Amino acid sequence: MEVIGKTNIDFLGMRRVAFTISTLLVLVGVFATVQIVRGRANLGIDFAGGTSVQVRFEQPVELAKVRRAIAASGFPEGELQQFVGGHRLFIRVKSSGKPVTGTAAAIEEQLREAFSTNPFIVESSNEVGPVIGRELQQAALWAILVSLLGIVSYIAWRFEFRFGIVATVATFHDVLVVLGIFFLLGNEITLLIVTALLTLAGYSLTDTVVVFDRIRENFRTRRRDSLAEMINVSINQVLSRTIMTSLTTLLAILAIFLLGGEVLRDFSLALMLGIVVGTYSSVFVASPLVYEWRMRGRRQAVGVKRQAQSLH
Amino acid sequence: MKRQLAWRASLVGVAALLSFLYILPSIPGFSPLPAWWRYVRPLIFAPPPEPISLGLDLQGGMHLVLEVDTEKAVEIAVERRVAEIQGAVEGEGISVARLERRGTRQIFLEITEEKARGAVERILGNYPEMARSEEGRTQFLLTLSGREVAVIQEQAVEQNVEKIRNRVDEFGVREPLIQREGDRRIVVQLPGIKDPERAIKLIGKTALLEFKMVDERSRDRNIVEEALKGKVPEGAEILYEKVLDPQGRVVDRIPYLLEKKTVLTGDVLTSARVQFDPDTNEPVVAFALDRAGARIFGDVTGKNVGRRLAIVLDGNVYSAPVIQNRIGGGRGQITGRFTPDGARDLAIVLRAGALPAPVDVIANLTVGPSLGQDSIRAGVQASIVAGILVVSVMAFYYRLAGVVADLALLLNLVMMLGILAGIQATLTLPGIAGIALTIGLAVDSNVLIFERIREELRLGKTVRSAIDTGYSKAWVTILDSHITALITAMALFLFGSGPVRGFAVTLAIGILINLFTATVGTRVVFDWMTLRGMKRLSI
Repeated sequence: MEVIGKTNIDFLGMRRVAFTISTLLVLVGVFATVQIVRGRANLGIDFAGGTSVQVRFEQPVELAKVRRAIAASGFPEGELQQFVGGHRLFIRVKSSGKPVTGTAAAIEEQLREAFSTNPFIVESSNEVGPVIGRELQQAALWAILVSLLGIVSYIAWRFEFRFGIVATVATFHDVLVVLGIFFLLGNEITLLIVTALLTLAGYSLTDTVVVFDRIRENFRTRRRDSLAEMINVSINQVLSRTIMTSLTTLLAILAIFLLGGEVLRDFSLALMLGIVVGTYSSVFVASPLVYEWRMRGRRQAVGVKRQAQSLH
Repeated sequence: MKRQLAWRASLVGVAALLSFLYILPSIPGFSPLPAWWRYVRPLIFAPPPEPISLGLDLQGGMHLVLEVDTEKAVEIAVERRVAEIQGAVEGEGISVARLERRGTRQIFLEITEEKARGAVERILGNYPEMARSEEGRTQFLLTLSGREVAVIQEQAVEQNVEKIRNRVDEFGVREPLIQREGDRRIVVQLPGIKDPERAIKLIGKTALLEFKMVDERSRDRNIVEEALKGKVPEGAEILYEKVLDPQGRVVDRIPYLLEKKTVLTGDVLTSARVQFDPDTNEPVVAFALDRAGARIFGDVTGKNVGRRLAIVLDGNVYSAPVIQNRIGGGRGQITGRFTPDGARDLAIVLRAGALPAPVDVIANLTVGPSLGQDSIRAGVQASIVAGILVVSVMAFYYRLAGVVADLALLLNLVMMLGILAGIQATLTLPGIAGIALTIGLAVDSNVLIFERIREELRLGKTVRSAIDTGYSKAWVTILDSHITALITAMALFLFGSGPVRGFAVTLAIGILINLFTATVGTRVVFDWMTLRGMKRLSI
């Protein structure tokens, strides 16, 4: 059985549209990054420091009443998030720079008083000091930098330098776009999300490598074709694989997104977005970038030659 | 060809069998383990007989990161030397104008008469770790050497780890983890803990027990009033007793003017246990002192009948009973409106001993057991559904070849769990995500190979040569994509903390396994098919 047979789509012809869309999405991602660095984004307490408490009541609760109770415990800036069903709550208080212990206990106590007829259990509570948060931020940054550096060098060694740079640009593109979408959605950026971003970096890279591999192979076997033809043919040749893999993986992660529980929901959302964006970028961004770069290089080389000739 | 195939087939078979034997202890139905497993165990490199352990996020529990205030440890060490020097100087009958700690690392000593210089120098000679600089004929400034500071800080952290371990052991937690991390940090993991607040109090409490005399001058109300305004008389300090209501909330604080000098500290305790006061029926902590402690206690109480002796724990006065008569046996009790649990915990920390330096809790991650179970159930459900989806898509789209790929996925999973059991890894939620991602990679490898084989078939090649070319051409791509994924996993492992590391480890293991199953595992089946003279490939 085959979903798509032999195709002959002119992917390079769509590069202007693709570049425009990508530039816009990447700009959102860059803006999100700037906001994260400035501390204006919705950073999880594992990065920003602070306290979070997740409780489950026996009966649904009224948010306003919870809010009052939290304000009474001395944390009026506490944020609330209610899960499906209404009896599950997530309370978060950002770091105030003070030592961490006691905040969760204070909130619990106030809730117990306010909801004496509606008992609850604490499902999880996290208290993270600001020092740890800063360290984690730094560690995450290092992890991203080192993995990118490693990947560029590997691809540059296996293919050529230009491919390495383009693969990195495409990977950055994917990470930034997903980060931007998360930022726009207002979803919390936690350590787990950073893990998801790095995972999708690896995933989108695989996609790109598969296409590049085919281009490299065709460089050897189809010497007579023009560069544009060669790249288009390569993308078309691996297209069924790209779609098949993406669909299968997407299906699996969709199951985790729908059934995996709250803890894994944002994580799997990031991965799903990553697969979609990664597939798109390997077809519409990475290879066209290689084409652009090569063509410009060639045009310049030709220009230099003409200049050299005119001098004689 | 045939022999090579047999060799590869047995390699796959052995890998599968080994992994299965390694997972056996983790399969619920097999506990207790069957008798034969024990005989097989030495033959299969003796895997651990315990099941794969679950991380705190899955089974519930508490993860604490403590930071030791090592500067305070230095301060305490210097303070102790001040007390020693004071004792020695007084013993020689030298009159001291001033003796005090300066900053955290210096001691300043000033004597009134120059002729005592020689004697003072002899005493200070006992402290070679302190560099001496004279600020005048009668003044001495001692500075603790950098090396000694490092030793004190190091010991403080080590001893803290030891004390905390003792406390946790006495508290009774199953499989706790107490581990030093970096220079000043201690990580404490308590699986399945029910009352996190209580555990924090038990672990984080310094539990420095001190006995101090209430200052005679506090009989004069005015002096106490002045002291409260900040004019504390020489050699005295103000400490408070917290007054609690029946719910355990602080309703009032009573100030005490105490002598700064400590009569005795908790070091001399030999036992501490919970008793019930026969009069009030409230729990109290009864303690006994060692022989030397009992002697000092007897002397002090004998000399100060009628005065009040304060029992101070971590800078809070618990009680300040009037000494009725000399207390000889070295026994006493601490009262203070304890709950039975509170009294029990205090007894534990007193027995285990005070922390040599205070600790701050800089991170506390607690997962309740119910959320852990929910996460497992949801995670397992989702994985099963995801697995079924992937397996059916592969079988539907690639027919027989898809079924072969599905078998490879199963082998992948079994080997993954086998290795996790073998290295005694802890399975966390991100770890499960890592396994899921590995499955995704495995699917991708098979899709790559199958699409390649299809292409070759379309070109009109025979089954045998299509399989050969398909594998060899896809291999290059698979290697490239797996190595880049491995680079990411390594970066995550190097810079990630706990949960991220778990993810990185499962991902890295999965990548390596997948290289094996995708290229050797499925290949064995296809080669066997072609060897039997199959003319058409169901792909």
